[in-house]
Amino acid sequence: GPELISKANGLHGFMNWKRALLTDSGGFQMVSLVELAEVTEQGVRFSSPYDGKEILLTPEKSIEIQNALGSDIMMQLDDVVSSTVSGPRVEEAMYRSIRWLDRCIAANKNPEQQNLFAIIQGGLDAELRKKCLTEMIKRDVSGFAIGGLSGGEEKDNFWRMVTLSTEYLPREKPRYLMGVGYATDLVVCVALGCDMFDCVFPTRTARFGSALVPWGSLQLKNRQYAKDFKPIDEDCDCPTCKRYTRAYLHALFRNDTAALHHITIHNIAYQLNLMCSIRESIRQGQFPVFIQQFMKRMYGSKEQYPCWAVEALSTVNVQLE
Amino acid sequence: MRMLELWKRAPITWSHVAPPLENGTFGCSEWRHVEKPQCYCVLFVGYTNIWLSSFLADCLYSVKDLPIRPSYVLLASVTKMKLILSSIVNGCRYGKLIEVGRNGSKSVDIPGCLLYTRTGSVPHLTHDTLSLIEGVPEPVHLTLSTVAEHHEVLEEYKEGIGKFIGMPESILYCSLHDPASPCPSGYNTNKTVSVWGGGGRIEITLSKFMAMQQAFKPDWYQSMADGEPLPPGASRKRVKKSVDRTLGFLDGCLKEHQNSEVLKNSEILGVIEGGDILEERLRSVRETMKRPVGGFLLDGFQADDMPDDPKLNLIASVTGELPEDKPRLIHGIGKPDEVLECVSRGVDLFEGFFPYVMTEQGRALTFKFKYKVDPEGEEQKDLVGPLHQVQDQQLISAYNTMTIEQCEGNHIYSMLEQSGCGDNEISNKASDKGGKTVPFTIDLKSEQYRADFRPLLEDCSCYCCKNHTRAYLYHLLTTNELLAGVLLMIHNQHHYFGFFQSIRDAVRDDKMHQLKELIIKQKLQQ
Repeated sequence: GPELISKANGLHGFMNWKRALLTDSGGFQMVSLVELAEVTEQGVRFSSPYDGKEILLTPEKSIEIQNALGSDIMMQLDDVVSSTVSGPRVEEAMYRSIRWLDRCIAANKNPEQQNLFAIIQGGLDAELRKKCLTEMIKRDVSGFAIGGLSGGEEKDNFWRMVTLSTEYLPREKPRYLMGVGYATDLVVCVALGCDMFDCVFPTRTARFGSALVPWGSLQLKNRQYAKDFKPIDEDCDCPTCKRYTRAYLHALFRNDTAALHHITIHNIAYQLNLMCSIRESIRQGQFPVFIQQFMKRMYGSKEQYPCWAVEALSTVNVQLE
Repeated sequence: MRMLELWKRAPITWSHVAPPLENGTFGCSEWRHVEKPQCYCVLFVGYTNIWLSSFLADCLYSVKDLPIRPSYVLLASVTKMKLILSSIVNGCRYGKLIEVGRNGSKSVDIPGCLLYTRTGSVPHLTHDTLSLIEGVPEPVHLTLSTVAEHHEVLEEYKEGIGKFIGMPESILYCSLHDPASPCPSGYNTNKTVSVWGGGGRIEITLSKFMAMQQAFKPDWYQSMADGEPLPPGASRKRVKKSVDRTLGFLDGCLKEHQNSEVLKNSEILGVIEGGDILEERLRSVRETMKRPVGGFLLDGFQADDMPDDPKLNLIASVTGELPEDKPRLIHGIGKPDEVLECVSRGVDLFEGFFPYVMTEQGRALTFKFKYKVDPEGEEQKDLVGPLHQVQDQQLISAYNTMTIEQCEGNHIYSMLEQSGCGDNEISNKASDKGGKTVPFTIDLKSEQYRADFRPLLEDCSCYCCKNHTRAYLYHLLTTNELLAGVLLMIHNQHHYFGFFQSIRDAVRDDKMHQLKELIIKQKLQQ
């Protein structure tokens, strides 16, 4: 709880982590735990499945907790609906998120040390999104997140909302696309103007034995890897690829957690390398070339490229061959 | 071995060396020219080839027109690694195993423990996290239980299990069974033993056993043995059978070993069986000693059901008969007090599984092993004297009447710790709530640690204690985070290896008595 963490010198002290920390507001749980949640203007009421205890999470409470944790970037509490929901609920959530943003800004006791980000909502409705954007950019926040996406909606709708948001968001503040993590999505969304991303995918998939590689992923649990004496990726420099073979990871997987650690380390290295390469190619003015090479490696030939990606990239003048 | 020693001290010079055999080795004969011109000696040095040596010696004697006439023949069985004993004090042996490994470049301190692995990995740890730990022992312990099912893969891999598991430079010891997993009995036969792997029971014949060793290429391996746990009071017939079978397996292994090119730099360890019957134990010892083994494994002492005294007496009887110049390993002994008892009875090497077992229970090793008495510290305590004691008494009675929440709120725990009352009182309180206490450890899943921002152990220099707190470990354990296992394993290994260093120091300085006292005191505090 926050009282305990305060005693420990904040979350940085409790974890002994000297680098930056970003905390979410609890908003996402309104979707992931929707059966346990009841939303009103006041806040979200969650009931615990273990002991029935109720927690009322208000914008004020969320900010209070995040202040106690002392994270470097905090998220507003937004009214989140699943991207597969449509109708008046989406509009209600969008307007409420704006009101809650104001309440979060007012409740923030550490505006000098902690950065509060707003979260753009509006579902898959362009008009609602625009309204949300117009209002939220009037508030003085450190950065903007694009929320309410990456929840199972059609990719065709997804990229359109992303590009709409990045069009309106100010250029001099960071744009954080929440929940985006697959390699292709990252590359395309950087092209569409996003700066920051978060996703559980690389580490979660690692714990299920799946290793990420530039041409897709390897399911190391599968028997085909039992006698495969290559590393996960011959071109990868991570500690796992320098020392262990696919065959060993396959053998170790059932028996010890160390296998999960090896694959996690590789997947994180993969993601970080990907973003590093993206940055480097942008710096050199070669980003379109990078995208071309990336897509070729990942999908093989143009016929295999996902249509939504081809379309999205063409709107920012990247024509894939 | 003694004859070889005598021979080495004789005044001799090289004059003629027999040409190498086709495969590049010198086979089993070296020729030396003694200064006295009438006397020529032929020295046969067999690695494990003692029978071939003796056969050749017989042949040479019978050849009459050989240019040199052997005046006497020395038969020696030489193993690659050497045990250098610096001292034996009160039954405790202190020294080093040198020329260990394929290159003969490594050494192992004695008494010592092995680095426990499962399927070739130190549990929870990667190569990088393992390198955070001080004092990691040289020999890596592999078990057939956790690697046998990958035999075919290793055969195709061809480069040996050391490289496969990411430890190409390490000394590898391969045993049959995993000390941290139970091994059901009743499955061994005259021709097979069974191990229990991830996919179930694996039945191993002699040829399969040796095929595995040739695929794995360990530096040491125990001979195949019928060592399944026998209940105390097992019939004499069954015990005798386990000794006989084991000797038969040993001879079979040796035969294939000496014919194997791949294993020529590996050492095979003889296994001493015999249940709880002294005569059988001694018989096993005497017979095994006749074979050219690189060391001895004391098997069958794993289970908890043999009472302490008879167990320790048996161990002492066994080691009393074993040759001094070869290492003695024991399986299944890991608790600090038991380790000390075995060191005092001539055991050299132990399996290092105890830290792992404690980690899996969410426990941290916290026992003290620094037996060196600090005279200044003692004096200071005396000076404070009666007042200190009164305060302690008040503290303890307050502690006993308050609930855990009240104790936390009033900082009773930190005051208790400062006054030196230590963790055991607190552990006892936790155990009042129904938890089991295990000597030498603290249970980090216990709620009392929720707001305890001290390191696991106050003066521990491991990565976990330098960077994290009990409260953080409590949090990781209650939320089922993988990091809990990583951090606990780092601490527990670090602590255990430190304990073994302290054993070595105590044996060397003849302070085993103090160390034992310190450990026993902590065992009884529960």
